[in-house]
Amino acid sequence: MDLTYTDEEQEFRARLREWLAKELPALPPRPSPDDWPARRAYDAGWQRRLFEAGYAGLHWPLDAGGRGATPTQHLIFLEETERAGAPYVGANFVGLLHAGPTIAAEGTAAQRARWLPPVLRGDEMWCQGFSEPDAGSDLASLRTRAVRDGDDYVVTGAKIWTSHAEVADWCELLVRTDPGAPKHRGITWLAMPMDAPGITVRPLRTLAGSAEFAEVFLDEVRVPAANRVGAENDGWRVTMVTLSFERGTAFVGEVVACRRTLALLARTAKENGRWDDPVLRRTLGRLHGELGALWRLTQWNVSESERSGGVPGTGGSVFKLAYSHARQELYDAAAQVLGAGSLALDEEWVLDRLSSLSYTIAAGTSQIQRNIVAERVLGLPKGR
Amino acid sequence: MDFQPTGEQRALRAGVRDLLAGRYGREALRASVEAGVAVDRRLWRELGEAGFFALRLPESDGGVGLGLPEAALVFEEAGRALLPGPLVATHLAAGVVPGAASGTTVVTAFDLGGPLVAHLGEADAVLGASAPPEGEPVRSVDPLTPLHRVAGRHPDPGPDPAPYRDEGALLTAALQVGSALRTVELAVDHARRREQFGQPIGAFQAVKHLCAGMLVRAEVARTAVYAAAVTGDVAEIAAAKLLADEAAVRGARDCLQVYGGMGFTWEADVHLHLKRAWVRAEQWRTAAQAEEVLAADLLGAVG
Ligand SMILES: Cc1cc2nc3c(=O)[nH]c(=O)nc-3n(C[C@H](O)[C@H](O)[C@H](O)COP(=O)(O)OP(=O)(O)OC[C@H]3O[C@@H](n4cnc5c(N)ncnc54)[C@H](O)[C@@H]3O)c2cc1C
Repeated sequence: MDLTYTDEEQEFRARLREWLAKELPALPPRPSPDDWPARRAYDAGWQRRLFEAGYAGLHWPLDAGGRGATPTQHLIFLEETERAGAPYVGANFVGLLHAGPTIAAEGTAAQRARWLPPVLRGDEMWCQGFSEPDAGSDLASLRTRAVRDGDDYVVTGAKIWTSHAEVADWCELLVRTDPGAPKHRGITWLAMPMDAPGITVRPLRTLAGSAEFAEVFLDEVRVPAANRVGAENDGWRVTMVTLSFERGTAFVGEVVACRRTLALLARTAKENGRWDDPVLRRTLGRLHGELGALWRLTQWNVSESERSGGVPGTGGSVFKLAYSHARQELYDAAAQVLGAGSLALDEEWVLDRLSSLSYTIAAGTSQIQRNIVAERVLGLPKGR
Repeated sequence: MDFQPTGEQRALRAGVRDLLAGRYGREALRASVEAGVAVDRRLWRELGEAGFFALRLPESDGGVGLGLPEAALVFEEAGRALLPGPLVATHLAAGVVPGAASGTTVVTAFDLGGPLVAHLGEADAVLGASAPPEGEPVRSVDPLTPLHRVAGRHPDPGPDPAPYRDEGALLTAALQVGSALRTVELAVDHARRREQFGQPIGAFQAVKHLCAGMLVRAEVARTAVYAAAVTGDVAEIAAAKLLADEAAVRGARDCLQVYGGMGFTWEADVHLHLKRAWVRAEQWRTAAQAEEVLAADLLGAVG
């Protein structure tokens, strides 16, 4: 058990830190969360800079245009960018963390050549069209139909909670291609261009007041069959590949951010006198311990995946469960530190508090994660 | 960075697990509960011979020359086996109290932060004291942690365990993690076997979610303990103790719940895990103390 970084890793960190110190002061402030077109441009611009500096797709394989970095280097990248206050992956999230890795693992050479480079350069954004109004936790019961017609699939149905749909160029779309088959067997994974005729995007307002996700209505949308990733009706397996990437490292940087927020809160509490309240002080102390442990758990999971050849393990669900709840506790503590100040929406962390409410829902609810841990990690029987 | 245990560390852990399974399996545990004897002198010496107490003494002093990470792995196994006795105090006394390293001397400590002392009647020495003090026996909640009350009403009667507090807290946390992981196994085994409503109770989500929650707490605590063992950082040790106490206590309680009526019997081992976890939660560093250490560290970090 060793927590020291190799010389090579330290050198990587030092170079990155130097680059961030040079790059970040020149960056304009992040646009408001409501202005999606401006945010898209901003996120694309940051991705472009990463690309030019050789940091794009760090953890992607070399033959997919990535840098083939080790999981530890990727961890260092996420840690340092977050620590420096660099922009978060933002609207590039699905392309870089889900769709890209899935296409790299499951796509044909032509598909990789078509879709991967624009993701790395920040030229194209993706969204995730998995959930439907009647298929959330029970994702495999999705009903959006795709019927083969010549060289195309004709897609009809509706998706919901599609983050960044308004500004995305592509959608990783799950459709039902065999309604007669058992529900997990008749699904297909398609890359759908978001400018195809028949697509209507209707933004949904979140409880934070912004419109970061949307409903997507699909009315006889033609998607070329060549855009199918994996075999027809084999989409559930491809989806599992996608989800393992989603849970793998998606929250790593955020633990670092939470620790920064907590340190800030401690200072604020000291200044406004609430630090003298032993109950609150001990709550902050406990959170310090929990978030520190979650950072160590991240290092543990990363070094485990490094040993197993880069495959994200089941540690992802354990981590997500613990992290999503700790994050919510952090912002509850913040509200205690700020008292009535926590009601003023002009503070950035108040928006973060609101957004933290989604962490136990998005990317699989806590209940679903507990099922996964119980069945896949502990081997308990499936319910009837 | 490679946080995973090395091959040698894995082998050490497996070796200790085998040794304890052979030497202190369920029968032995139950026999000591029935006999009311926590410290079996012969077993203590065998542990000594196996290097349990001298693990961190330099080889030049007749020790094994390993570090805190290895000790944490070994103590995790002891916690899993519910091995009784003042294991932590004797381990800390190796190289300080003659005979501790070899397991010929049993050493306890004033680690409970009050007039109660564990294993006083069975100990030859108290860490930091010139001679063991007199004490009144007190009926103990944990059948395998006998207690004595020392010096009546005096709030802090014994030698100050402060110099040993961090390492004591860390090793105690490792014991807690072993116990927490063991109660997850017990609960999962039971949930797979016990049937109600025509299916294993483990197929019911209410039961599944208890088990998953237990595992999450145990895994987070385990990483915290390993990290603290590697860095030796005071705040990380406090976090490890805090999280491990909670994983052990809540894990045992949830396990008891999964066992149903059986969980409330003397027959089931669950209560032994819970009671020991309660004792350990009071040893070396309580939750309140750990939280204060962490709060101070947090504030120190912002200057
Ligand atoms: C901010 C945000 C962004 C999102 N972005 C996207 C996106 O970009 N693309 C996309 O496809 N989806 C996205 N989602 C959707 C998300 O994946 C779903 O909301 C989530 O999977 C839950 O599905 P649901 O909303 O239908 O809730 P439901 O499945 O209806 O669940 C409601 C409640 O019932 C519980 N429940 C359901 N089934 C079970 C069960 N078997 N056992 C126990 N409890 C159960 C749930 O835990 C929950 O508490 C996003 C969601 C949020 C909040």
